[in-house]
Amino acid sequence: MVDYIKSYLESTTTPGQAGNMFWAAVYILLIFLGLSVAVIAMNWLERKILAHMQVRLGPMRVGPHGLLQPIADAIKLLIKEDIMPSQADGFVFWVAPIVVVITAFTVFIVVPFGPTHAVTDMNIGVLFMLGVSSLSVLGIVMAGWASNSHYPLMGALRSSAQMVSYEIAMGLAVVSAVLMTSLNATGTGTLSMIGIVQSQQAQQVWFAFKFFPLGLIAFFVFAVAMVAETNRAPFDLPEAESELTAGFHTEYSGFRWSLFFLAEYSAMIAVSSIAVTLWLGGWLRPFPHLLGGSTWDLVFSLLPGITFLLLGLMAFVGVFRMPKHPYFRVQTIGLAGFGMVLGLIGLLLFLPEVRNRIQDIFWFSAKVAFFMYLYIWYRGTFPRYRFDQLMKVGWKALLPVGIGVLVLTAVAGVLL
Amino acid sequence: MQPVATTFFFYFLSGLTLIAGVLVITRRNPVHSALALILALLGQAGLYLMLYAPFVAGVQIILYAGGIMVLFLFVIMLVNIEKSQKEEQFNKQWIVGILAAVALGVLFVLVYTKGKSLFPERVAQLPEQSNTQEIAVMLYGNYMFTFEIASLLLLVAIIGAVVMAKKRI
Amino acid sequence: MTDPTFHLELQEHEKTFLDSNELIINMGPQHPATHGVLRVILKLDGEKVLGTECVIGYLHRGVEKIAEHRTYTMFNPYVDRMDYVAAVSNGLGYCESVEKLLNVEAPPRAKYMRVILAELNRLASHMLWLGTHALDIGAITPLFYTFRDREEILKIFEKYCGARLTTHAFRIGGCLYETYEGFEREVKKFLDFVTPKIGEYEELLTTNRIWVERTKGVGTISAKDCIALGVTGPVLRASGVKWDIRKAQPYATYADFDFEIPIGQRGDTYDRYIVRMEEMRQSLRIIAQAIDRIPEGPIMAKVPKVIKPPVGEIYHSIEAPKGELGYFIVSDGSTQPYRIRVRPPSFVNLQALDLMVRDQLVADVIAVIGTLDIVLGEVDR
Repeated sequence: MVDYIKSYLESTTTPGQAGNMFWAAVYILLIFLGLSVAVIAMNWLERKILAHMQVRLGPMRVGPHGLLQPIADAIKLLIKEDIMPSQADGFVFWVAPIVVVITAFTVFIVVPFGPTHAVTDMNIGVLFMLGVSSLSVLGIVMAGWASNSHYPLMGALRSSAQMVSYEIAMGLAVVSAVLMTSLNATGTGTLSMIGIVQSQQAQQVWFAFKFFPLGLIAFFVFAVAMVAETNRAPFDLPEAESELTAGFHTEYSGFRWSLFFLAEYSAMIAVSSIAVTLWLGGWLRPFPHLLGGSTWDLVFSLLPGITFLLLGLMAFVGVFRMPKHPYFRVQTIGLAGFGMVLGLIGLLLFLPEVRNRIQDIFWFSAKVAFFMYLYIWYRGTFPRYRFDQLMKVGWKALLPVGIGVLVLTAVAGVLL
Repeated sequence: MQPVATTFFFYFLSGLTLIAGVLVITRRNPVHSALALILALLGQAGLYLMLYAPFVAGVQIILYAGGIMVLFLFVIMLVNIEKSQKEEQFNKQWIVGILAAVALGVLFVLVYTKGKSLFPERVAQLPEQSNTQEIAVMLYGNYMFTFEIASLLLLVAIIGAVVMAKKRI
Repeated sequence: MTDPTFHLELQEHEKTFLDSNELIINMGPQHPATHGVLRVILKLDGEKVLGTECVIGYLHRGVEKIAEHRTYTMFNPYVDRMDYVAAVSNGLGYCESVEKLLNVEAPPRAKYMRVILAELNRLASHMLWLGTHALDIGAITPLFYTFRDREEILKIFEKYCGARLTTHAFRIGGCLYETYEGFEREVKKFLDFVTPKIGEYEELLTTNRIWVERTKGVGTISAKDCIALGVTGPVLRASGVKWDIRKAQPYATYADFDFEIPIGQRGDTYDRYIVRMEEMRQSLRIIAQAIDRIPEGPIMAKVPKVIKPPVGEIYHSIEAPKGELGYFIVSDGSTQPYRIRVRPPSFVNLQALDLMVRDQLVADVIAVIGTLDIVLGEVDR
């Protein structure tokens, strides 16, 4: 048994490929936990960042600077009454959130946090991710249907029409990136996520900057399509509160609603992972060849530790700025404790053994976090598109640009 | 990589597909039938995986289950279905139905027993690295013309649908 | 439906789902985007609006009836509650109307103070309009910016007359309160503070592609229709008609100041947005000129303690932020008016809603209600 566990530690492939069930299960558990923490953090971050953009503070009371707010929200949602419309289709009503959550979480099997840090590496990795995300559309349609009411049904059908339309633009952009993977010595490309990042490593350029500006245009097409795919601002008309057609999750309350909300954030992280893997070099650190050499490697490997130390420092700045009043004593202590935990993690990340292992995961997560910030930024800045304008952008603007980029990339690949 | 528990997965997936297929035709609610069809398609994708054709499985999920079935569901949900739910579920001419099913079954058995020698003998191989590549070579090499005609056919269908449904807006 | 006011009909014949799908839906009195308790019944063909009907009266408080049982001075605070967003202009209109009936004129210093407060009030009203209109269209951030800046105006009001919203700033015959210590300094500081902020709002919205697509060509109304319906205010000016009561029939020393009337060309939502933004800038200009030139002198004219206007009637209107606000007062010689009829700009502008949303999509109805800048307190009184 112990040999079985130990036998994987020297391997150079993912647990799924090596056939090691124990480590695959460990990775799945880690991803599940990481994703839950990420969704909770996203909830807090969204409220705080949006609030700061809107010249206000956001949650400040529940825990220091609102850090415990997501937990309070989760508890509130769990203890709410579970309502089901009486004429609704019971089975479909129950199954819809389950389908959406399962598809949102299953895509993370192939997401590579490092050359061996994925649960498995299918050689149709990208296709698998796109396919399973398109299954979530079914969950949304079922949710709208099961509510047995005209408005959620129209909202659900609109959401799903929007998602299906933008999947096409996404697919074209993905094909452009996959085309670029075939520009190697053997002339064969790969659909596997790890393979795509490794081909970026071999070609020494991130695909966003390859064949400038073609890679960049393909990246932008995907970046816009992925916002529309996840029904976020500025493409969130089906969910908007001030519109007439209510969203597909109107009739859901409590825990079922929180499942939709969980699935939405997971889907955001999933499509951001696709974007990062395909265009931004996955787990590769910036400028591995331009700024190469062991000293630069050392500098870049210190960055994770420095990041966490900076976060801890920000927490301590918050501690000093807390009002000196007995009511705030618990919050001050809590924030100081949180800052110390962050600082300790930072110090831990300076140790050489940890440093070298954590590099890939850190860079991947940092890039995905950048995309999450962009999502929140878009929400705070842009007005909403009307539904027909939304479809017009997807079909008349993104689709031709995607086809054009694909053709030009193919031509450039042959000629250059 | 060694395949694991092939027999179990084969029986599981084919059982799933068959049961889902039966559910499609026996459910009263058309939405339930559509959901059962999705389950059948997913089972079929699993069977493709067992035949070492991951690309076909992926495309089956994206296009068939994720695209075409969504369209089916659109149509079912937009059409007034209360009338169809009150209709009789099974046909009155069940004798003819059973005779036809028996005849078809006998035909299948005859074809299999008589034509067993014509089926290839080998077990599916393990071309995992090149399933996508093999399909691409075949599709864009040998069957290029057919591929273009098929895409033209789909284009005609799209244009026809838009023309029929287009109103003054 | 047995509602006697409801007269839109639904065609009842067998249709398949491919045929037109006429539908009557109700944007109920409680709705995040109707700016108050307004009920709009929409007749739709799929997504397209075929006709609308507004049901109002949810905020009717009988203000005009109350006026018949109050003296002129007692009625002054009631007036603020009509257009509660821009209360100062309501008071200005009422006080000027009664002064005209009494044939008194407020002293010059009072008139300058009135102009300054009325223009600050116009700024505040337009800021609130901008925030809520942007929120309806989906840009959630400008609301917070405009409210933060509106706060400064409300602070000035609070320091002047004690109230932020329902100010009761003016009295019949002039102003009751003298400007407080530091009024000029604070107003000047506010002018310096808010000028770049208006630039911020424009930066967020004016050239934003999504904003332009949501507002250009939406809710168009021609100048002819505006005049026929009696629509006034920025809506009229955006359709191309250069009519502003401050220039056409100047009141309260507006003739002394140098400012422009912005007009639009197409009469769509985008033009109304541009016109109101420009009006904000012109208000700043007026305030800057006025604050430098406030004359010294009394702030209250010689008005009898018990106001008993002679028998007669008068109609006097001012340019409120939302349009032409008019007061028609009939006096029968006693201390209480015989009849006060208020011509609220929002009430008349709301009638244009039907014309503006014909053949537009449902999502545009909300944008158009926002761009009309209605306040239900005024519509219902």
